Amino acid sequence: MTVYEGYKPVIGLEVHAQLTTDSKMFCGCKVSYGASPNSRTCPVCLGLPGALPILNKKAVEYALRMILAVGGEVALHSVFTRKNYFYPDLPKGYQISQYSQPVGRGGEIKYSLENGRTKNCRLNRIHLEEDAGKSLHPSSKERYTRLDFNRCGVPLIEIVSEPDLKSPEDAYSYLNKLKQILQCLEICSADMEKGHLRCDANVSVLPKGKKKLGVRTEVKNLNSFKGVKRALKYEIARQIKILRAGGTVKPVTLWWDENRRAARLMRTKETSEDYRYFPEPDLWPLAIDMPWLDSIRRSLKELPDHKYNRLVKQYKIRPYDARILAADRLLADYFENVIACYNNSRDVVNWITTEILGILDETNESITEFKISPAMLAELLKSIDDGIISGRTARQVFREMAATGNSAARIITSRGLRQITDKKVLLKEVDKVITANPKQVEKYRSGKTALLDFFIGEVMKSTQGRANPELVSDLLIQLLKK
Amino acid sequence: MPLSQIPQIPYIPYMPDYQDMTACQIAEYVKAGRMSAVDIARQALALAQSEGHNLNAFITLCEDKALAQVATVDKKVRAGEFVAKRASRRTGNSAEISAGALAGVPIAVKDNISYTGYPTTCGSKMLETYIPPFDATVMERLIDAGAVIIGKTNMDEFAMGSSSETSYFGPVKHPLDPKLSPGGSSGGSAAAVARGIVPLALGSETGGSVRQPASFCGLYGLKPTYGAVSRYGLVAYCSSSDVIAPFARTAEDLAVLYSVIAGHDMRDATSLAGDHPDYISCLKTDRKFKIGIPKQYFAWELSCQVSPVLNQAIESLEKAGHEFYDISLPLTNKAIATHYIIAPAEASSNLARFDGVRFGFRTAGETDLKQMYLRTRSEGFGDEVKRRIMLGTYVLSAGYYDTYYLKAARVRELIRREFENAFKEVDLIITPTTPTPAFKLGEKLKDPLAMYLCDVFTVPSSLAGVPAISVPFGTVPAADSSLKLPVGVQFIAPYMGEKALFQIASILEHLKE
Repeated sequence: MTVYEGYKPVIGLEVHAQLTTDSKMFCGCKVSYGASPNSRTCPVCLGLPGALPILNKKAVEYALRMILAVGGEVALHSVFTRKNYFYPDLPKGYQISQYSQPVGRGGEIKYSLENGRTKNCRLNRIHLEEDAGKSLHPSSKERYTRLDFNRCGVPLIEIVSEPDLKSPEDAYSYLNKLKQILQCLEICSADMEKGHLRCDANVSVLPKGKKKLGVRTEVKNLNSFKGVKRALKYEIARQIKILRAGGTVKPVTLWWDENRRAARLMRTKETSEDYRYFPEPDLWPLAIDMPWLDSIRRSLKELPDHKYNRLVKQYKIRPYDARILAADRLLADYFENVIACYNNSRDVVNWITTEILGILDETNESITEFKISPAMLAELLKSIDDGIISGRTARQVFREMAATGNSAARIITSRGLRQITDKKVLLKEVDKVITANPKQVEKYRSGKTALLDFFIGEVMKSTQGRANPELVSDLLIQLLKK
Repeated sequence: MPLSQIPQIPYIPYMPDYQDMTACQIAEYVKAGRMSAVDIARQALALAQSEGHNLNAFITLCEDKALAQVATVDKKVRAGEFVAKRASRRTGNSAEISAGALAGVPIAVKDNISYTGYPTTCGSKMLETYIPPFDATVMERLIDAGAVIIGKTNMDEFAMGSSSETSYFGPVKHPLDPKLSPGGSSGGSAAAVARGIVPLALGSETGGSVRQPASFCGLYGLKPTYGAVSRYGLVAYCSSSDVIAPFARTAEDLAVLYSVIAGHDMRDATSLAGDHPDYISCLKTDRKFKIGIPKQYFAWELSCQVSPVLNQAIESLEKAGHEFYDISLPLTNKAIATHYIIAPAEASSNLARFDGVRFGFRTAGETDLKQMYLRTRSEGFGDEVKRRIMLGTYVLSAGYYDTYYLKAARVRELIRREFENAFKEVDLIITPTTPTPAFKLGEKLKDPLAMYLCDVFTVPSSLAGVPAISVPFGTVPAADSSLKLPVGVQFIAPYMGEKALFQIASILEHLKE
């Protein structure tokens, strides 16, 4: 690549994903976003003296889903560890995490770049840990910080990649794929802007031809996909600039400021924290039994790559369409639910990729909020096949269905949109058009048969599009011959 | 509830003094309506105020709640609720005990066990004002059994000490001689029972904090199997060794109190599942025990001071048909070093939450966060606590973890195995509880190592997680007075072997008579 002339960026990502369990990792408090501050807390997650953690099995199950999905190795025996540091939103003065014996090791994530090229990023580890609370600094005028412990103790998995990503674009696509997998497994909402996903990046640059990795820096506070790209570009450029000037990169931790589009120094290696990890004595080591693991493996949701292959094979749809569906599990589910009632995959996929995605884009809704159920869409498509409405009318009906949630049949009846197939009625309309356009009739009869479409159009116009086009065509051909 | 509203039970002409009675007797009398729980509680509270004050045994008296509790107990007695009924299993207690096993029995509880409505100070300035919003599991079980919580007892700050002198609220005094220490860290609980203010008390053990004061004060003290009693609500010092532990004046009382508090608890992940036997009915036994005498515990030069009592105990038991075997526990002399790496390491982490942010003490007028942390913790903790936090921080820090913490953890595992192997040969192990009888206040305060060595005989079983008991058996003359000071004999049992401990305690109790 020419952008970094002479240098190769090397990037590894550490992604924290908030798990969507009902309750927190070590207590029964509900996980909920937007609840009033500190209303979702108890002695355990507030770290009151004498309170003790009890592990949420669901959180472990979610972590196992992820490890299995990326082909990682599940440790049947792993250890919770205390990571000790002082911060006001960390009530116990330590975070319960995993360190030298994580629950998952290895695995990989395949991702595609925008140009369609597929790449692979190996994973180092996946481990479980609890989230901290939130410090809110309302304004510079107020001489205090507000603490909200609702988030404290929410289960997280940390997904640590190997330094296999070679550009900000790689990182961007990797994150997108990670998001798809997390959503597909139904373990994380994966909305980075809402903080469900948080990302730290380890960055170094390697002069071309050299083998030994350069000094790496860590960039924190990356909280949007685009922000990750921007921050990485910034940091790579900064490091290359230092090296070109003959300097050396220092192993520092940087804080990305999205507003200023710049990173500031957070800490140097000399002042880095010593977390004094040691095994959490309040919890026994985590033992996972094989039958449970097998049952999780069996119930694992289909992953995007598998889904893509299956959709192409099973429904014979175009790869382009299959990729769109496979990237969004809910959209793919919608597709398959329609197919269950209406077996024409080409038609269905066209309606989804053009009409439905178009409307969702306009209304900014998700497919789950969409008012037309798969069965309702199938009914609409059937009424085209049955000649009840024309394809053109169908689009009009579809719009109204999406807006009101009413069924196709109801809209067709109440608006009188049913196709006219009665020959007597159509004959009358055809007659009217022929009588009203003597010149065109003349031309048609003298050989300009292409004018047939004009006559069909006129009949459709006079019937507000309700006339059955095939019947109209047949009648016109008959009558114009005379 | 105001006193005037507490219903009085009918006048009974003969009323024995509760101080002369065992907890079991008190409960029987109260349940039979022959004694009023209200009267006992009032007397106990009055004694706690006078005698307890002299000994500095209590930090807080729980008068309001105690009087409300006794009113409930007396009401239940009149409603006949305690008649021939087994205990409810509501609290998940798997030990078989009769309902109201502690009906109307006044009890004192160490001030590191959470109890709503009153401060849980841990003997520290840091928590002087902290009132927990929840009850420890053991408190629920005590109240369920009809016990009446009289007060929270004084202790070494955060249970770090062996003399009850490091308390922010001043040292506890020995009931026999105010110049002596009752031992520690559960010294307040021991003094309250020894002085007769309460027949029972709860302490907590990490390395000997109940057995040692029990030995000094002539009481029965049990260190249960790790995990047998829920730690939920016990302010953590060393989570992997901490266990709530009972004091009593008789073996039977000890067994009853233990039956009430033991059992699985969903709120403590390290709590042990599994059934407990009926500890009370099994007290009377013809069983002849095979008892090991570990030579390492007797080679200790200091132990010669207490060895006459030990030898007497061994002789009596031998005469009664129990067999003694010489055994070897070579890692015994590594236990103190191991414990004083692991315990401070965990403490440095467990005590991190006392940072002035959310509860407890916070230094005044500091606006910078780091300075607030530093000053709060410098001003809020005493010297011994700071010493252990620093030790613990050091042994966990990068570059030292493997040398200290990891090595200690491995030695601990070896000590555990050493006990496991020993119990393949014998049922119980007999040792002195402490190397000396009660020592003087101030004697060891300036010499931390001498203080740590008080626990030399109790720490190994704490590290191994196995249960142990201190049984009072005889006295030795004090060095510089005419006093005779009590000395305890320690028995160590295999994992979950409390039954054998209560039996041997009961056997010795009868031999003493």
